Amino acid sequence: MRKFKTFTGKPAVLDRVNVDTDQIIPKQFLKRIEKSGYGQFLFFDWRFDDQGKENKEFELNKPQAQGANILVTGPNFGCGSSREHAPWALKDYGIDCIIAPSFADIFYNNCLKNGILVIKLPEEVIKDLMQRANASDYQLTVNLSEQEISDGQGFNYPFDFDPYWKEMLMNGWDEISLTLKHEDAILRYEETSGVL
Amino acid sequence: MAKTIIDKIWEKHTVVKEEGKPDLLYIDLHLLHEVTSPQAFEGLREKNRTVRRPELCFATMDHAIPTANRMVIQDSIAKKQVETLEKNCREFGIRLQDLNSEDQGIVHVIGPELGLTLPGKTIVCGDSHTSTHGAFGALAFGIGTSEVEHVLATQTLWQSKPKSLQVRISGKLGFGVTAKDIILALIAKYGVGLGTGYIIEFTGDTIRSLTMEERMTICNMSIEAGAKAGLISPDEVTFDYIKGRKYAPHGTEFEQKVEEWKALATDSGAVYDKTLELNAQEIEPMITWGTNPSMGVGVSQSVPSPGQFESESDQKAVGQALTYMGLEAGTEMTDIEIDRVFIGSCTNSRISDLRAAAKIVQGKKVHPRVTAIVVPGSQRVKRLAEQEGLDRIFIEAGFEWRDSGCSMCLGMNPDIVPSGERCASTSNRNFEGRQGKGARTHLVSPPMAAAAAVSGKFVDVRTFEERGAYYAEV
Repeated sequence: MRKFKTFTGKPAVLDRVNVDTDQIIPKQFLKRIEKSGYGQFLFFDWRFDDQGKENKEFELNKPQAQGANILVTGPNFGCGSSREHAPWALKDYGIDCIIAPSFADIFYNNCLKNGILVIKLPEEVIKDLMQRANASDYQLTVNLSEQEISDGQGFNYPFDFDPYWKEMLMNGWDEISLTLKHEDAILRYEETSGVL
Repeated sequence: MAKTIIDKIWEKHTVVKEEGKPDLLYIDLHLLHEVTSPQAFEGLREKNRTVRRPELCFATMDHAIPTANRMVIQDSIAKKQVETLEKNCREFGIRLQDLNSEDQGIVHVIGPELGLTLPGKTIVCGDSHTSTHGAFGALAFGIGTSEVEHVLATQTLWQSKPKSLQVRISGKLGFGVTAKDIILALIAKYGVGLGTGYIIEFTGDTIRSLTMEERMTICNMSIEAGAKAGLISPDEVTFDYIKGRKYAPHGTEFEQKVEEWKALATDSGAVYDKTLELNAQEIEPMITWGTNPSMGVGVSQSVPSPGQFESESDQKAVGQALTYMGLEAGTEMTDIEIDRVFIGSCTNSRISDLRAAAKIVQGKKVHPRVTAIVVPGSQRVKRLAEQEGLDRIFIEAGFEWRDSGCSMCLGMNPDIVPSGERCASTSNRNFEGRQGKGARTHLVSPPMAAAAAVSGKFVDVRTFEERGAYYAEV
């Protein structure tokens, strides 16, 4: 996995609550056996009309959201199905970081495993950020090492982050390789627990 | 110190514990299906890895398969997905229940019915409704495809222990009120985020009075409450269900296991991080009106208006939901007409669900406007229902009687609700587009779905049953 570095990018605002993974990637795109190429299907039913034309009203289709690599959204983002196609689609579309008051558990883990930084901030901070992000040339710097986001214009906010995942992301480590270093412990467990 | 069942299972399965890191948990049972596994097997191949314990894996195909004329998969992409699962299971030596297998079915129906799901196990599957297996006192949760790959390669997962939430449900359920109504009422009362960051243990005299199939319905929808998992301490009801199942321990081994399982139950005096209460006596048959499972009311109520909600974001979400659902605030739930009925899904497709629906349908006809299907949760459930003559009851009433699969719950196979049509569904999610683009889903119990099929609109199953054939005559 790529190492996560500090970056400055453009946030897109999706001011909705309880956005579920059926919306992030509708089920008709889950039949593929590949891991790539899902960006074109992201938010498909919201992004496109029945004729396949772009829906101008949808948040990510608005001019100020073009080229965004940060998504700022409402609570319980990613609820519902465990489909990892949801983070695959977000990543492929170009999203490297999602900021919300809360995330659904499986989705949150799926993001981390795909190198998407998921940041939880209080709801009032998100509201403030959403207002600021509506300016067309707005840029946000995401610094994982310092655990801080800032816009250089007075918005400066620290965030909590799991130290284990911080180390994983910053080093771009493969989790399975790390686990296999504990193979002896796993074998011992199997031999003594009666699982086999 | 007094412990919860969550503490006991967690401690027993911890392989590596280090300060400041998640725990490495051993996984006893890994269930697989065609949709969330292909990329995981591909990942193993790319790195020249193998499946550590194929004997602890068990696969079936359920999500993308047709339920009518099932041997012919016309969708070439779905066909490839199913064939890929066959190929992967062959290559890595994993047991597979394919479409020819008499044990095939929805993964969360067959695990329990084959006796694979047992108290105290850690169980994962690349599917959020894995929480179903918690009904047996197992720690069962859904995982993503990266985690599927991790479990295949290592038979373990790194997990930070969630907090514990006791949901205590007390009181006698009213006539015509089911386990489905309990879980829908709970989520309607406390919201879809009530369990976020927690594992739920369902306790209370109401839970103790439920059958295993009813308990599975409740644990199944723990994920709809945002919880990592939902479980119930095992008891005699659990042990009776397991006894004699195909892969369950038999004879003296079973007797020994029962003693072990008894010790799993939460100790009296154990402390939870949080407790919520629900009074079962107050619950009526539930119907959802919106686009997430918390947007539901009792059958005697009406569709709410955005103004009844406090926060601005909720008001907006309710407004959007009503527009999508094509509903006017203030409409009585029993005035809503429906076009489709789906009885099935990992929530409500077991034999007791089909019996309850058949009881309502018997001797009546499906309303002329309504297309109705019954999709048994497994081929075993299907055969049992046919032995009992339930298939005849449904078919004579005008229902279609199908082979097992996920079917119309998620609209990724041929069973789809057309845009703009309204479906009374016994499934678990009423998200926008879940059953098909533009489809309008109302979540209900099997008896409520059956009564709606006959009436062409929602009816209160309590009065419907009392009045017998009244609606059939109208």
